[in-house]
Order: sequence, then C-alpha cells, then structure tokens
Amino acid sequence: MILNQLLRKYLSVSRLQSVLILLGILAAAFAIGGVVVAALGASPMEALSELFNGAFGNKHAIANTLVKACPLLFVALGICVSFRAGVFNIGGEGQLVTGALAAAAVAFAIPGWPTWLVLVLSLAAGTMAGAIWAGIAGWLKVRFNVSEILSTIMLNYIATLGMVYLLSGPMNDPAHALSGRFMPETARLAIELPRLAPTRLHLGVAIAVVLAVLVYVFLWRTTIGYRIRVVGKSLRASEAAGINPRRYMILAMVLSGALIGFGGAIELIGVQHRLITEGSAVYFTGSAGFNGIVVALFGQLHPLGAIPASLLFGALLTGGARIQRALQVPSALIGAITGLIALLVVGTDYVRRRRARQRADTELLRTPPPNCVSQGEGEER
Amino acid sequence: MTAASIHIRSFLQEGTRFIAGALHFLKGTGMKSEPVLSTLEMKGIVKRFPGVLANDGVDFDVRAGEIHALLGENGAGKSTLMKVLYGMYSPDEGQILINGKPVTLRSPLDAISHGIGMIHQHFMLVPTLTVAENVALGLSSSRRIVLDLDRVTEKVHELSEAYRLRVDPSEEVWRLSVGEQQRVEILKALYRGADLLILDEPTAVLTPQDVDELFNTLRTMSEEGHSLVFISHKLPEVLRLSARATVLRDGRVAGSVMTNAVSQADLACMMVGREVLLRIDHPDVERGDVRLMLDGVHADGDRGFPSLCGIDLEVHAGEILGIAGVSGNGQRELAEVIAGTRSISAGTVTLNGEDMTQWSTHRRLEAGIAHIPEERMVDGAVQEFSVEENLILKNHGHAPYSRGIFMNFKAIAAMADRLIQRYDIKTPSRQTQIGSLSGGNMQKLILAREISRNPDVLIAAQPTRGLDIGATEFVHQQIVAQRADGTAILLISEDLDEVLSLSDRIAVMYEGSVVGVVDRKSATANEVGRMMAGGGCEAAGARSLAPVSEPSAG
Ligand SMILES: Nc1ncnc2c1ncn2[C@@H]1O[C@H](COP(=O)(O)OP(=O)(O)OP(=O)(O)O)[C@@H](O)[C@H]1O
Ligand SMILES: [Mg+2]
Repeated sequence: MILNQLLRKYLSVSRLQSVLILLGILAAAFAIGGVVVAALGASPMEALSELFNGAFGNKHAIANTLVKACPLLFVALGICVSFRAGVFNIGGEGQLVTGALAAAAVAFAIPGWPTWLVLVLSLAAGTMAGAIWAGIAGWLKVRFNVSEILSTIMLNYIATLGMVYLLSGPMNDPAHALSGRFMPETARLAIELPRLAPTRLHLGVAIAVVLAVLVYVFLWRTTIGYRIRVVGKSLRASEAAGINPRRYMILAMVLSGALIGFGGAIELIGVQHRLITEGSAVYFTGSAGFNGIVVALFGQLHPLGAIPASLLFGALLTGGARIQRALQVPSALIGAITGLIALLVVGTDYVRRRRARQRADTELLRTPPPNCVSQGEGEER
Repeated sequence: MTAASIHIRSFLQEGTRFIAGALHFLKGTGMKSEPVLSTLEMKGIVKRFPGVLANDGVDFDVRAGEIHALLGENGAGKSTLMKVLYGMYSPDEGQILINGKPVTLRSPLDAISHGIGMIHQHFMLVPTLTVAENVALGLSSSRRIVLDLDRVTEKVHELSEAYRLRVDPSEEVWRLSVGEQQRVEILKALYRGADLLILDEPTAVLTPQDVDELFNTLRTMSEEGHSLVFISHKLPEVLRLSARATVLRDGRVAGSVMTNAVSQADLACMMVGREVLLRIDHPDVERGDVRLMLDGVHADGDRGFPSLCGIDLEVHAGEILGIAGVSGNGQRELAEVIAGTRSISAGTVTLNGEDMTQWSTHRRLEAGIAHIPEERMVDGAVQEFSVEENLILKNHGHAPYSRGIFMNFKAIAAMADRLIQRYDIKTPSRQTQIGSLSGGNMQKLILAREISRNPDVLIAAQPTRGLDIGATEFVHQQIVAQRADGTAILLISEDLDEVLSLSDRIAVMYEGSVVGVVDRKSATANEVGRMMAGGGCEAAGARSLAPVSEPSAG
C-alpha cells in the first residue's frame, strides 16, 4: 500500500518517462560499446559479465565502486546547485584540486594537534578553498559579465598549475630533499578517514549520501533554494519578485564550489592520502570534475537522482579497469561510453524540451522567456 | 558595443539570411491561386490532457467566406480545438473533414498544405530579419538556392495592397509595433496560401485603431472567399465582425448561433451559464492622503532611448488613477519605474511621503507595492514552476509560508487552494505546471497573487487582457474593492471603456509624457481618445499636470 502510494506520488508519467528514456540511453550506449568490443575481437557478453564482476563481484569490488562513486557524487551535487541557478560551473576539476591542496596544507601545518581536530580543520579548509575558487567565477560573471564557462575552465588551469608548483616546491615531500630523489608529490598525510568496513570503503561515502539528501532539502524545502531555482528559470521573473539574481548566482556558485572542494578534501584524506601530479590534475581527480557533470545530468540535476547516477558511473569505472585486465580491451572504451552517454542525455533533453516548448501554450507571450542558457544582457540592469 | 561583436552579429544575420534562402528552396511549394478549402467540419473532437478533458465531443464547422467567432470562458477549450485544427495536437477521438473528405493533420505543415493558417498570440517572427525575409522563411515558390527577395517583396507588396495590410516589406521586424507584427503574421499566412485563417485572441494586444484596421482586412479577406475563425472575449467586436458564433463551455459546444439574432447578454449567458453584470458598481469613496507621487520622472526604455520625459503624478488612497494611451507611449516603463524593475535617470518617486527612488524592488514589495505586469507570462511567472510555486513568488519569505529558511508547504497548499477557488482558476491541481494552463487562467493566477497581497499601491497593467467576461467582472469588482479598502490604484489599460468606467481620474500618456489629467465625471471617450492621439487637453474642469509636449491639437 505505502509502496503503491509512494510510487504514485513520485513516479508521475513524466518522471516515469524520463527514467525510461535514461534506461534507453544506457542500453544504446552499452550496445555501441558492445559493437566496439566485438570489433576489437573480444566477446561482448564476456565483457559485460567482466564489467559486472569487476564492479560488484565481491565486497572489495563493491567497496571500490562506492569509493569511485564518492567524488562523482560530490561534484554532481555541486553541479546540481549551480545549474539550478542557471550558472554553468565547469570548474569541478579546479575546485577538487584547490580543496585537496588546502586540506593538505592545513594537515601539514598543524602536525601535533589532536587527530580529530586536524581532520575537521583540514576538511573545513578544503571546503572553503573550493567555495572561494568557484566564487571567483560567480563574481566575475555577475560583476563583469564574464561567461562562467570560460572562467571556470581558466580557473581549472590555474589550479592545476598551482598544484604542480606547490607539489614541486613548497609542499614537496621533505623526505625527497634528504634522499635526493625528485617527485612532485607531498608527504603522506598523518590523518585518515574512518573505514566503514574492512575494505577501502571510507566514511566519506556515507557523508556524500547524507549531503545529497541535505542538498535536496535545501533546494526544494528552503526559501533560499527556492530563490536559486527561480533565478535559474527566469531572470526577469526573479527581478520582478524582488529576488536579486546576482546575489543568488554567486551564492549558488559558492555552495557548488564548497561541495566540490569538500569532495576533493574527502578524496585526499579518505583514499589517496598524498597528492601526486604528473603535470595534470587527472592523477588526483580521475576527471571526476568533468564526469560529475555527466552524472548530474544523468540524474536530471536532482540531488537524489545523482546518487544512483554516481553509483552507475562508479561501477563503469571499476568494471572498466577489470575489462582491460581480463580482455585486453583498453579501458578508454569506458571513457568513450561515458562521453556517449553524456551526448545522448543532453541531446534527448534538448529534443524533449523543444517539443515541450512547441507544444506548450504560448498565448500571451510576446517575448520568449529568458532561458537559463542565456548569459548577460538580461541580468545587468 | 565593440566592433567585433557587431561583426559577429552581422555574420549571424547573414547566416540566418542564407538559411532563409535555403529553406525557401527546400520547402518550395507552388502558391495556390484557387481555394483548396471551401468547407470545413470537425466532428466529435475529443482531446484529453492529464487531469483535463479539454474538448469533449466538439462539433464545429466553417463555411466558405464566413467569419466565425469562437467563444467561451477561460479554459473552455478554444485554443485546444484550434490547435487540433492546425495540426499541433492530434485529437484523441473525432474527425476533421475538408470539403467533405476526412483528413489527418499530423503537423502544422500538413494543415498549411490543406490551406489552414493560424496566428498565435505569440508572434513567431525573427526580430532581426525584415518583413519580406520573415515571410520567405516559411514556405514559398522559389526553386533557386539564392533567395529571390525581390520577388517576395513584390508579392508581399501586392498582398498588402490587396488586403490593406499596411506594412513596409523592407523594414526589420523589431522596429514594428505589435499591430504591424500581427499584419506580418497575416501576410505570412496569406503568402502560404491560407484559405482558412485562425486567429487566437487577435485583438487582445491591439490598440483600438489597429483593431479597426484588422477588421477591415478580415472583411476584405472574407469577401475574397477566405474563411476566418477568430477567438475573442470581447462581445461587442464579436457582434460587429462575425456572422456566426460558436460557444464552448467546459469543452462542449453550448450552442452555435447567427450573431444578428442575439445580444451580448445572450452570448454572455451561453458562455457562463448565468447572467453577467456588464456594469460595475462604483460607489463614492472618501479620497485619502497621497500614497504615491512621481515628480519629474525621466527614464530610458529598453533600447536606451528616453521613454519617460518628466512624469508628474499623484495617486491618493482610495483612488483609481487610470492611465489611458496607445500602448508603447511609456506606460510599461511607468509601471516598472514604480515597481522598481527599471531605474530612473531623473526625478523622484515617493511612497506615503517617503522618498523611495533608491529602494530595491524587494524593499518596495515589502513596503506594499503590488504590480500586475503587462507581460505577465515573462515578468510575473516562472513557466516551469507549478501553480503553487508561482503563487508564493512574492510572499515566500513571510510567515506562515516559511519559518526561518524552511518553507511551510501546508500553509502554501492551503493558500493555493484558497486562491484557486476564490479566483476560479481552472487547473487540474496546485502542482500542475503553470505553462499548461489556458491563457486566461495563467492571467488569473497572477492577478490572484498580487491582489491578495493587500497592497498599499496596486499597479495593474492591462489587468483584464485575455480574461473572459465573468473573470473580467470579477477582477473589476476586486479592483473596486481594493479602492474601498484605501489602496491607491494605478490602472493602465488600453481598453478605454475599462478606464472610463473604473477610474476616478484619468491621465493620458503620449510619447512619454502625461498630456492631460481629466476627472471621471467630466471625461468623455471622444476627448480622451483625442488626447491619446497626441492632442492636449482643453475641456472645462480638466487640468493639465504636465506641460503638453506638443501643443498641436488633434
Ligand atoms: N499542453 C497542455 N497540457 C495540459 N493541459 C492543457 C494543455 N493545453 C491546454 N490544457 C488544458 O486544457 C484546458 C483548455 O485549455 P485551452 O487553452 O483550450 O482554453 P481556452 O479556451 O483557450 O482558454 P483561454 O480563454 O483562457 O485562452 C485547460 O484546462 C488547460 O489547462
Ligand atoms: Mg486560449
């Protein structure tokens, strides 16, 4: 009975339809992947079963999947907040990196302090750093009308270069100076997140899920979240309602960066324990800053939708590594599938929206409503 | 603007022109000289939407050369029926017969090829292209890849002569007035060979002069054998123009009558199912202190040109000040300057004696200013939000709708249900997206929100545009009730009857200035009409608050 009611409440026709579309997309992406696998001379069915085993085969596989999903979920949550405000934060990579750098810096700066305190301070520092990094892009957008898409990408470069510099110089592992060996990396952190099970599964995963619920509550149950969504849907309506779009765009960016920076700090303290670079951010982020955007879109920009979506992409990542080992199929294939899914999600969404717009009653609407993709013009007045 | 951006703009424009040419080539179909469509019948049309039965077995027919009015309350299913006819919706049941033969219309393109054209209230024109280019953007007869604009221009010229559609084919669309844009839409439909033209509330946004011109055109078209269906809520013009009227009520046909045999009251009764008061009670109300005052207000319009040139106005508590004038003479800017969404370049705006010139929109809202904006669908609502989310757009920060930062959905739901009931907003539920409501019901929702805030100052711009007569009557009652409560009301309307019957005083705007203020008791439609055309004010008992910008009379 209760299940029935819940289904009725949360699975409206349109929602059911979008779930079906997403499953269709997934099937299509897998089918194309299967064709490629076959072309490479391996068996698609075998690849599929390896993929599944790699991701969920035993408790370590499951833990790995969850651990890989964790940064994706943090980024996706940040993306939900900013995209809902109509601000396109493409700077997840940079915000992950600055978050981790700040967390590491604090952890190294106060070595003798109680562990729990170092842990808390270092996570707080990571959160702040991410918030500031994204906040810069938000400020540039509302103050100088600089496209946030460009500025966040630029900030990604700056963050990466900053990391390379810091890891080669000021934050370089002091042990290297003694041994004369050079590697752009920090020393190993003294702190660690508690484990949830005798696997790699750390507390951060649980925190991420709790945060997803909180972000949902924030966006849909609070006045601030409501205003953020109004701003994202219509600048003119928000202005007329006395909601300052500039303020809420910056706020959304700051919150978005905070979530992602926090995720960067968690990833460092929970999984990697030291920062290493080979000249890019990928070694640390595993491109979670970009993949998180795909996850968020796949989750329909809904914080709760981001949970299963991140799990799916986490599974693809761990399973993909297994395919490479077992079948000698390059795991880059998984990257290609992820990209394909992104394209299909964005593409079908576009088509659906166009259809809806054509169908929607447009009476008494002389100028088209400003959509959230527009940047500039409208908001400066 | 930088040189580079100008280049980019012109490049894009060229690109659009090229695409226009290509489309022209690809979709080339012959222009029809003789009518394809002479009679049309819709039989037993049923159209369902989630939670709504919009059309419930509707029979409708149009004869050749007939002007047929389609009437009904807001949400009765008029637009839906016409969209079915134009191939935008496919009916769940029922048949469409053209010249006696059943047809299936899968898309507007299908409908066009059967000689059916439709003009939506939202004009689908490309603002940066010229009139001729916009016409060519549809279907046409050229078979060459390069757009033969000269031929199109010539043809457009011919059509506009023949049907008295005054518009310059080489003008860019963004420069045109609303009335002219509508003429372009009609030209487009004629150019594509429409024998049956559907016009969905064509007069709602027109000035009285434009309405006269439109009607002349429509009469000429009907004499030439074109059939016309037009939707309207204004009964006098229905009786004036159409030969037959079909009335829908709750998705069913309430009747189809010859208009020479019925009165306005008969039609109203068929639509609403009860008698409607067509006159408004206007009791005397003690005029209070000055609530709102504008002193020498100057402001620029959207394109950066001055659009308010020294406005001086006062509105008292318990008073309705009507603003008459042809649309586009600064009325929208006037409203925005008071609501705070447009900044002013000189002058002051005062609320209850306090200078609020520098106040933010938010502060003005809190101080008791309510605004029913003219472009309500853009400025007053978020299309993708639900009915209840739109109803709390301005009050969501107040108890009981929120406590601290948390919204109280119980209180919001109760308020939404109350307003939906009180204002008779037809919606399947309070969680329905506002974008799927009928045109008039979207309007009602915004009116409900603003009036229920119990403001000190209410700016109502075209408050009854798109409303059926029952709803119009109700809104007029609400405005008069607000006045009795001591609200200062600025009523901006193009409907002269509305202004004359509701206002205590009437200010006439022309080219950004107030050319005169007349008292209700001494005002006549003629005099106000003359002032709207730019003439000054000379009648006895009238006083001019603002200097007359151009003292040439009439
Ligand atoms: N695209 C849609 N999706 C869902 N419901 C719709 C849609 N279009 C119309 N409706 C519903 O169908 C009913 C009839 O709407 P319609 O637009 O035909 O009314 P109308 O007679 O044109 O009213 P108005 O005078 O207010 O324009 C309304 O209750 C409306 O909510
Ligand atoms: Mg309608």
